[in-house]
Amino acid sequence: MCGELGRECGDSRPRLSAGRSPAGFDGRACESVPNDEPMTNSNPRTKRVKHLQKAAQTLLLCLSVFALLGAGDPATRFNEIGHQMMCICGCNQILLECNHVGCPASDGMRNELMAAVSRGDSDSLVEQSFVQKYGPTVLAAPTTKGFDRAAYVIPFAALIFGFGLIVLVIRAWKNRPAPALADGLRPVRGAELEQFRDQARKETDL
Amino acid sequence: MAEIGSFALLLALALSVYSFLAGIVALVFQHRDSQPSAQLAGQAARPAISSADTSLGALLRQGSERIGETARRAGVVTFAAVLLASIVLVICAFRDDFSIAYILHHSNRDLPGPYKFAVLWSGQEGSLLFWSLLLAAYGFVLRLRYKTDPRLFAYASVVLAGVQIFFLLLLNFAAHPFAIVQGTIPADGNGLNPLLQYPEMVIHPPMLYLGYVGFTVPFAFALGALIMKYPGEKWINITRRWTMVTWAFLTCGVFLGAHWAYSVLGWGGYWGWDPVENASLMPWLTGTAFLHSVMMQEKRGMLKMWNMWLIFATFWLAILGTFLTRSGIISSVHAFAQSSIGDWFAWFLAITLIVFTFFFVKNKSHLKSEHKLESLVSRESSFLFNNLLFVLLCFTVLWGTWFPKISELVQGNKVTVGAPFYNRVAIPVALLLLILTAVGPLLAWRKTSLESLKRNFMWPTIGAIVVAVFLMITPQSWGSPFGLKPWQDISYFYSLMAIALSVLVTLTVASEFYRGGRVISKHTGQGMFASMVQLTHRNTRRYGGYIVHFGVVVVIIGFAGAAFNQDKEMEMKNGDKMTIGSYTLVCRSYTDDDSPNYASQWALLDVYKGGKQIDTMTPVRRFYKASQQTSTMPDIRSTLNEDLYLVFEGLNPDNGHPIIKAHLNALVMWIWMGVWIMLGGTVLALIPNAPAPIRVPAPARLEPAHAAPVVTGD
Repeated sequence: MCGELGRECGDSRPRLSAGRSPAGFDGRACESVPNDEPMTNSNPRTKRVKHLQKAAQTLLLCLSVFALLGAGDPATRFNEIGHQMMCICGCNQILLECNHVGCPASDGMRNELMAAVSRGDSDSLVEQSFVQKYGPTVLAAPTTKGFDRAAYVIPFAALIFGFGLIVLVIRAWKNRPAPALADGLRPVRGAELEQFRDQARKETDL
Repeated sequence: MAEIGSFALLLALALSVYSFLAGIVALVFQHRDSQPSAQLAGQAARPAISSADTSLGALLRQGSERIGETARRAGVVTFAAVLLASIVLVICAFRDDFSIAYILHHSNRDLPGPYKFAVLWSGQEGSLLFWSLLLAAYGFVLRLRYKTDPRLFAYASVVLAGVQIFFLLLLNFAAHPFAIVQGTIPADGNGLNPLLQYPEMVIHPPMLYLGYVGFTVPFAFALGALIMKYPGEKWINITRRWTMVTWAFLTCGVFLGAHWAYSVLGWGGYWGWDPVENASLMPWLTGTAFLHSVMMQEKRGMLKMWNMWLIFATFWLAILGTFLTRSGIISSVHAFAQSSIGDWFAWFLAITLIVFTFFFVKNKSHLKSEHKLESLVSRESSFLFNNLLFVLLCFTVLWGTWFPKISELVQGNKVTVGAPFYNRVAIPVALLLLILTAVGPLLAWRKTSLESLKRNFMWPTIGAIVVAVFLMITPQSWGSPFGLKPWQDISYFYSLMAIALSVLVTLTVASEFYRGGRVISKHTGQGMFASMVQLTHRNTRRYGGYIVHFGVVVVIIGFAGAAFNQDKEMEMKNGDKMTIGSYTLVCRSYTDDDSPNYASQWALLDVYKGGKQIDTMTPVRRFYKASQQTSTMPDIRSTLNEDLYLVFEGLNPDNGHPIIKAHLNALVMWIWMGVWIMLGGTVLALIPNAPAPIRVPAPARLEPAHAAPVVTGD
């Protein structure tokens, strides 16, 4: 399952710092203060919100700084990009995991990758040049552009849809009228039901 | 011999067709017969019924019962016929009968005995025969146990016969295992694929197939119950054990496959997200979802429609997996040779979908829920979310498996969907599932108060947080899972989350055992351990399930170790040194060996740790003579903390120097230990519950004045 557990960090780091700037976070946080609350320092709720904002900002800054540490190390980049590519010899293995001695492809590809990383080419440039040379199947996972984006969007959309559906189903079931009982019996509800439940728990307890 | 095998297969097909058709005829007549009698029973006022009508009804009933019995017996004999065909094929392998094309392509004279036996499932035709044999064996057991509920079993028997017909048609007309070689018969065979010449290959496919095929049984019962509008949930009780046994086989098969990949393929990993691996994972995921949601149907009469679809999906995905492997539609390192049988599977998948959908639409009114859900914080809703996540994981795997094909259709070019995709998409969902594994079992049916949630979760949550902080602040030099800084790499973050959540699950499971044990201990005065054993014995299913959950978290901890893996590759001449992690490898020498089946080269490497020699390891490279193929045989030194995994990759073609690749794989042993725990938990859950002690009300206390002295015996 986790054979390559989360090797994609090289990809996500720049996005994390670019997409979620502290300024952007600040703006959204200010909007979220309820309008009917007077924004005075004496209000403990407002104080709490401000503290939370500050804590979140600090956490985000720390994460961004830590995420960027070591990102430019050539050996790390070689390892990360090499794990995003496939060997094209037909072995269906990740480029850096191809273990065939005399493999007609992997040695050359590794040398090319090392040269590109040493030159300081960006991740996307390296990927583009490999795709141009070896075709799109050289990338170990779909890109996040064009139709390929669907590969990532659909599972998460399904997750959100599924969660929504379950919440709706639970609501519908909760509001469903209880089945009618024969011979004038009335369904047990509320406090009476709780009382019976407590009784049942006591009697059936181990 | 080939004639006997072919005849046995034809006979099996004829018997299956008879079992199917006669079974349907019997059920139709029984159904017709039971309808008028039911109407008559309700019309007691009608004065006279002609004796001719009753005798005709009785005659029809007797006739249909007899036809049904012959159908059952034909099903039983089908097993004997398929078994005969399988035995014949194995005998042909042992006799080196290369006049049979299948034996020629998958065996050779010097192949060791156990692998000659494994030839039965090593190729396309043989594995289909083996599949058919297992299906017939399941059918055999089912038909022998028909007295449990003759009518339901008759329906299930017909469904099984239908599936059996498909496989026997394939064997007789599309992938014949006894096809004869045309022209001159070669003196020796092509040999078995070197990658399959490993002891686990003798047991991995049977386990996997027992799992795949086994899900046909609960599906057959489910479809039978749907067609006959079976009253109540008894069919679930009947199939519970079948489903659990099947699930255990599939679990065993999937992990044996992972272990085989780890021990043979030599790339240092155990799961490559190959389409064929995915094909085995998908029915496992839906089968696991079914095992959970079926409890809601048993206990609360809910999710009946969902369960029907879930068991159908499990069966269907098992067939789809076979379709993926056999059709060549999706490229995979495991795939069998491309052949026309993919079309057969596609038709079969379509037909089963149509048949199931037809009966579902026709009889879905029978599957109405008996209770309503009362609260979002309840066991019921946890099962709903559990099912959502399992099905979503399955969908993600299916989506990833098919995406290259979809991409080709939409944008004209294929893309690769490998491990990085699954890690990005499936790991977050799997972590959510782990949270539910911790929360779900502690929720009460119907409704759980926030107070009880707080009470049950406070200590496990604190424990998980403490472990997470401990792992973060400890020095990295302590070993693999220590010094985890989640901000350094997303893989470390996932690992930390996985380990912390695993601790949470473990503590909630432990607290369940402790609470139940404490109550028994208080009532009986027994020690805590004895009380917990008694508790488990009283409800094996529940506590066996908890042990399975514990096994799962042990496996997850093993997966989490992948974030710390290291590898190194080096040309090593005699005396050269390589350092990886805390190990130093010194190359002592290289040696050759020869056997009738293969020639091999061995590397002898001394392993040092802390300046002290702890082992000598011998990775091997083999050249199989019959198939003219090379294979590596890694040497693995396993400890709880990490595996030292050495591969002799071969000789550098430029200078002739040997190349050694070393992997340091963290926590891998936990995976295999976790699987054993999961299987142990499943076996425990299959044991019948001990009867609860009968409580006799205590007699009223006698007043001392009236109390008579009591004489007690020994």
